[in-house]
Amino acid sequence: MLQATLALKRPNFTLDVALQLPPSGITALFGPSGCGKTSVLRALAGLDRAAGRVAIGSDSADVWQDDATGRWLPTHQRPLGYVIQEAVLFPHLRVRANLDYGRRRSAAARATAATTDPSLALDQVITLLGIKHLMDRWPATLSGGERQRVAIARALASAPRLLLMDEPLAALDAARKAEILPYLERLQRHLALPIVYVTHALDEVARLADHLVLLDAGRVLAAGPLAEVLARTDLPLAKLDDAGVVIHATLDRHDAAYGLSRVRFAGGALWLGAAAVQPGQAVRARVLARDVSVTRQLPQQTSVLNVLPVRLLALQAQAHTVLLHLQVAGPGSRADAPAPPVQLLARITRRSADALALRAGDALYAQIKGVALM
Amino acid sequence: MTDSTWVLLRLTAQLAACSTVLLLLLGTPLAWWLARTRSPLKPLATALVTMPLVLPPTVIGFYLLLLMGPQGAVGQFTQWLGLGRLPFTFAGLVVASVLYSLPFVVQPLQQAFETIPERLLEAAATLRAAPLDRFFSIALPLARPGLVTASVLGFAHTVGEFGVVLMVGGNIPGQTRVLSVALYEHVEAAEFAQAHQLAAGMVVFALLVLLALYAANRARPALGNTA
Repeated sequence: MLQATLALKRPNFTLDVALQLPPSGITALFGPSGCGKTSVLRALAGLDRAAGRVAIGSDSADVWQDDATGRWLPTHQRPLGYVIQEAVLFPHLRVRANLDYGRRRSAAARATAATTDPSLALDQVITLLGIKHLMDRWPATLSGGERQRVAIARALASAPRLLLMDEPLAALDAARKAEILPYLERLQRHLALPIVYVTHALDEVARLADHLVLLDAGRVLAAGPLAEVLARTDLPLAKLDDAGVVIHATLDRHDAAYGLSRVRFAGGALWLGAAAVQPGQAVRARVLARDVSVTRQLPQQTSVLNVLPVRLLALQAQAHTVLLHLQVAGPGSRADAPAPPVQLLARITRRSADALALRAGDALYAQIKGVALM
Repeated sequence: MTDSTWVLLRLTAQLAACSTVLLLLLGTPLAWWLARTRSPLKPLATALVTMPLVLPPTVIGFYLLLLMGPQGAVGQFTQWLGLGRLPFTFAGLVVASVLYSLPFVVQPLQQAFETIPERLLEAAATLRAAPLDRFFSIALPLARPGLVTASVLGFAHTVGEFGVVLMVGGNIPGQTRVLSVALYEHVEAAEFAQAHQLAAGMVVFALLVLLALYAANRARPALGNTA
C-alpha cells in the first residue's frame, strides 16, 4: 500500500493531495495538463520536495518522507523506477550498460533486503520488453519506441518496489504507441509491482489502468477502481466526448462464420468484431456513452447485436444531452455475485429523455452499438 | 639542439604538465559548481575566474610576487609551513601558471557541464546513483570533449605564458627559465638563429595542438544526442 500526502505551493499552483494506492496493478493519475500529475510523481520520487509524508509500506524503512519525524530519503535511496516522456538513456553507454547502471547500484540494497523478487530477473525484463536484439546498440541508433522500451527495462532492472511513469507514450506517434502498449500490458499482467502511471489520454487509462485517480488543479477529484470511477456521472470525465466505461470480461467464444467474438461478464455477454484473443482469456471491453441508447421495451427485430436489461441509477443533464448511469440487471449481477455489477453510461438527447420520461429506478434495455476490446 | 635547449624544453613541459594536472583537479569541481549552482555568489566567482583573461599578465605577476613574497600573506604562510618562499622557484611558477590559466580550463569545462541535461542526472538518481557517483559515471564522461579542450588549452597556454613567468620566476636556468623567457633573451642578445629555432618550434607546436584538439572533438559527434 502506497500512502502519500503531499502539499506544495508554487506561484500559480497549489498541490494538496492524499493518495492511497493499491499494492499492485497500475494506478493512473489522470487530469488536464497543469493539474499536478507530474508534481505528484516528482514528489514521490524525491526529485522535488513537497511537504508531507510518503510511505510504500508499513515498515519503518518503507517511509521515504515524513515531515513529522524529519525523515527524508534522497531519490537515490528510494527503491523506485522512473520513466518519463522522453526516454533519457545515457548516451555514452550501450543498451546493456544502460540496463546495468541501476541494476549494479541496487545490488547492495537487494542483498540487505531479503525480499528479492525473482520475477524481476534481468532476463525476464529483457524478454518482457523485447529488447534482446538491442543489447549492443548505442542509444542514439534506437528508434523512439525502442528507446522507451529500454528505459522501462532499465528502470525495472534496478528491482524497484514502485514504478513511476510520467506520460511514457506522450512523445511517441500513434504507430510507436501501438508498439509499446502491448509491452505495458504485459508489465501490468506479469509484475506484482505497483505502477503509478501519469497520463492525459483516456484511451491509455481505459486500456492499462486498474485504479484511477482523477486530479484537477492540484486536488484529487476522485479515486477508486477504474470501472467505478469511469462510470461516475458527476466527474469532468463524464463530459468528455469519449466518456464511457470499461467492462472486465472473459472471451467466451468466436463465431468464425459471422466474424464475431463474444465476451462474457457477470450479468451478461457482448458481441463484438472478431478479436485475436483465446477463449478464456481476460479482456477489457470499452463501451462509450455515445454508443449506448435505451428503450423501455425489449427491442424486437433490431440490428443492434447487444441488448442488455439495465436499471437506471441516475440521470445527469448536460448542455443538450443527458448522461444516464445504468447498471446491468442480468442474471449473475445480484448482490451475492463475486464481481460488482457492471455499470454503463449512455448519452442521449434531452428530447429523448423527456419523451421517455426517464426516472431513476426505471427498468430499461440498453442497446450497445459499439464495443472495443482494449 | 644544445643541452641547455633540452633543459629548457624539459622544464617548460614539466611546468605545463604540473600546472595542467593541478588545473584539472581544481578547475573541474569549480566548473561543476559554477555550472549547477544557483548561489548569488556565482557572478562574483565567474568574474574572479575570468579575470586572468582580461588582466595584463604583468599585473597578475606583480601581485603574486607581493603575495608570495616575505611580507605577503601567502609568503608568510608558506614560510610558516616550512616551505620557504615561492617567488623565483619552480613551485612558485606552478602556482602562478595555475592562476593565470584557470579561465582556459574552467570555461570549456563549465560549458560542457552546462550542456548536460538535468534529466540525465535525475535519471541516474532514480537508478540509485548518489551525487558523487552521478558526477563520475554520467557528468564526467559526457563532458569529455570539454575535458580534452580544457587540458589542451591549459597546457598550451602555460607553455606560452611570458609576463607572469618573468615577474614571478625570473630567469634561472633549470629552475624557472622556460621557453618563452629564453626566446626573449635570445632576441635581446641578437641571437636570431636560436630565437628562430624556439619561435618556429612554438608555432608548429601550437598548430599541432590545435589541430589534434579539433580533430579529436570532431571524431565523436553521435554522442551529442542525449535523447
